[in-house]
Amino acid sequence: MTRLLKNYRQHKTLYWVGGLILLYFIVFSYLPMGGLVMAFQNFKLADGIFGSEFVGLAQFEKFFNSPYFERVIVNTLVLSGYDLLFNFPAPILLAFLLNEIRNRAFKRTVQTVTYMPYFISMVVICGLIVDFTDSEGVVTRLAHLFGSDATSLIASPSAFRPIFIISNIWQSIGFNSIVFLAALAGVDQDLYEAARIDGAGHFRQWLHVTLPGIAPTIMIMLILRIGQIMNVNFEKVILLYNTSTMATADVISSYVYRVGLLDRQYSYSTAVGLFNSVISFVLLLTANALSKRFSQTSLF
Amino acid sequence: MKIKEGPGRKLFLAADAAVLVLLALACLAPVLHTFAASFSDPVALAQNHNLLFWPIGQPTVKGYEIVLQNRSIWTGYLNTLFYVVAGTLTGVLATAVAAFVFSRRSFLPANFCMLVVSFTMLFNGGLIPTYILVDSLGLINTRLSLILPTAINVFNLIVLKTAFQGIPDSLEESAKLDGAGDLYILFHIYLPLARATVAVIVLFVAVFHWNSWFQASIYLNKRELYPLQIILQEILMQGNISLTGTSADIASSYSLYHTLVQYTTIVVSIVPILCVYPFLQKHFTKGVMVGAIKG
Repeated sequence: MTRLLKNYRQHKTLYWVGGLILLYFIVFSYLPMGGLVMAFQNFKLADGIFGSEFVGLAQFEKFFNSPYFERVIVNTLVLSGYDLLFNFPAPILLAFLLNEIRNRAFKRTVQTVTYMPYFISMVVICGLIVDFTDSEGVVTRLAHLFGSDATSLIASPSAFRPIFIISNIWQSIGFNSIVFLAALAGVDQDLYEAARIDGAGHFRQWLHVTLPGIAPTIMIMLILRIGQIMNVNFEKVILLYNTSTMATADVISSYVYRVGLLDRQYSYSTAVGLFNSVISFVLLLTANALSKRFSQTSLF
Repeated sequence: MKIKEGPGRKLFLAADAAVLVLLALACLAPVLHTFAASFSDPVALAQNHNLLFWPIGQPTVKGYEIVLQNRSIWTGYLNTLFYVVAGTLTGVLATAVAAFVFSRRSFLPANFCMLVVSFTMLFNGGLIPTYILVDSLGLINTRLSLILPTAINVFNLIVLKTAFQGIPDSLEESAKLDGAGDLYILFHIYLPLARATVAVIVLFVAVFHWNSWFQASIYLNKRELYPLQIILQEILMQGNISLTGTSADIASSYSLYHTLVQYTTIVVSIVPILCVYPFLQKHFTKGVMVGAIKG
């Protein structure tokens, strides 16, 4: 304690500025966490957090018994599952492909172009998606060639997931490859030399040097991704879904948005959101612990 | 070093390049289509159902004339510029100060502070409690609602802190001997030395504000405060184009220009960013460092 006091006297500015920054996080991040008690109340804006009636777990029970419960959980898991299956490996694959290219100008051009969709706003992307998958849209007509009979893909429930996942890949494959390219550049070049001397061909070099070299990065990104499994990008969902695709498109976060901010059921939607965050948090901790145990790589 | 490459290797490299070219084309096509459509003849465009690489019909700038006359697009554009400039200045400055303070080894509670800050990445109050907070702070329908709650991005903070930690302490010590204060050291030594990282963070924060839509959609309901993305959402998703202030012949043929105006507005909204990001591309790795997450 005296050590801290002495340190404070020496570095007053650091303490005051650091204190202000912590205050910022207390107000904008920790107060909302405290606001989660709403989930256990029948919160009314007029009564405030301290005046509202406590109802225990009633809001959670309401969610578990709601007809939406199964739908939003299943949709969230399926959409996230597909995303993990296709969208997670895609940028790793792209990084491997780019890494083999020796022509710098070509490599840089491909990078610039594939990064581009990441910088386009969600509103514009969803506007283009709707335009292309509407009746008579380019993609809808293309799908007809492959035997689809949907007049409009964006209004067909079975097309929502493919549209969502494929456009996700389109948006992020380039940008997400950056982290893996950086990891590839960090692989010790002497290892390749050694592998060549041992007579390893290109494929064996990839298998025994490249892959183990970036495995920790893949692992870290995977842990982060698993922590996000319950959080489907709801901005994109609420921009893309419509009354006819609700059955496959509605996810937990879009449901929270709808009942919370459109229907103003504050307590109920906070309960649904809290249920979601707790599962996410547990998933992240589990993924981290498993990775620590089996691959000695971990986030924290 | 010259190594003889077998036919298998050559085949692989050719296939590799072909896949990359196809991917690049796939990324480019929708954007190219949008540019081509924005210069197309409105009648031909309304009937077109193909991917365009070149304007269809007689090329025209009619769409741009309509967009330039549209008051809501103008207000939206100016508002967005304000949010981008104010939001980026506030955000990057606050992030830099925080990163600097928490990277000082002479600041004993630094690790504790980082713990408090990093935890917010793993767990947060979520949508509704955050909304209630912004509401009870009286920020609803104010410009601050788009700037304050998102001012410090923890990920950027960690990235910048890691960059600062890579700068040798001796520089700070010698500056201190010359009588420099902490602020001077931050602005004249640390920020310039970490400029590539700072530049990438500036770009990411600016793009975040430029493209941000959701916060505005829940915190604002006064039209004069709307950023461009909200106007875009009205035009693209709800098909609303306010034609007030446009000439009579255009207003009377609303449906005729509808598609054209959609594409033109998209172009106007994405061009500034598409012109900037390639220049910082080679530094992007500094902004997404995975190594920075740990610690």
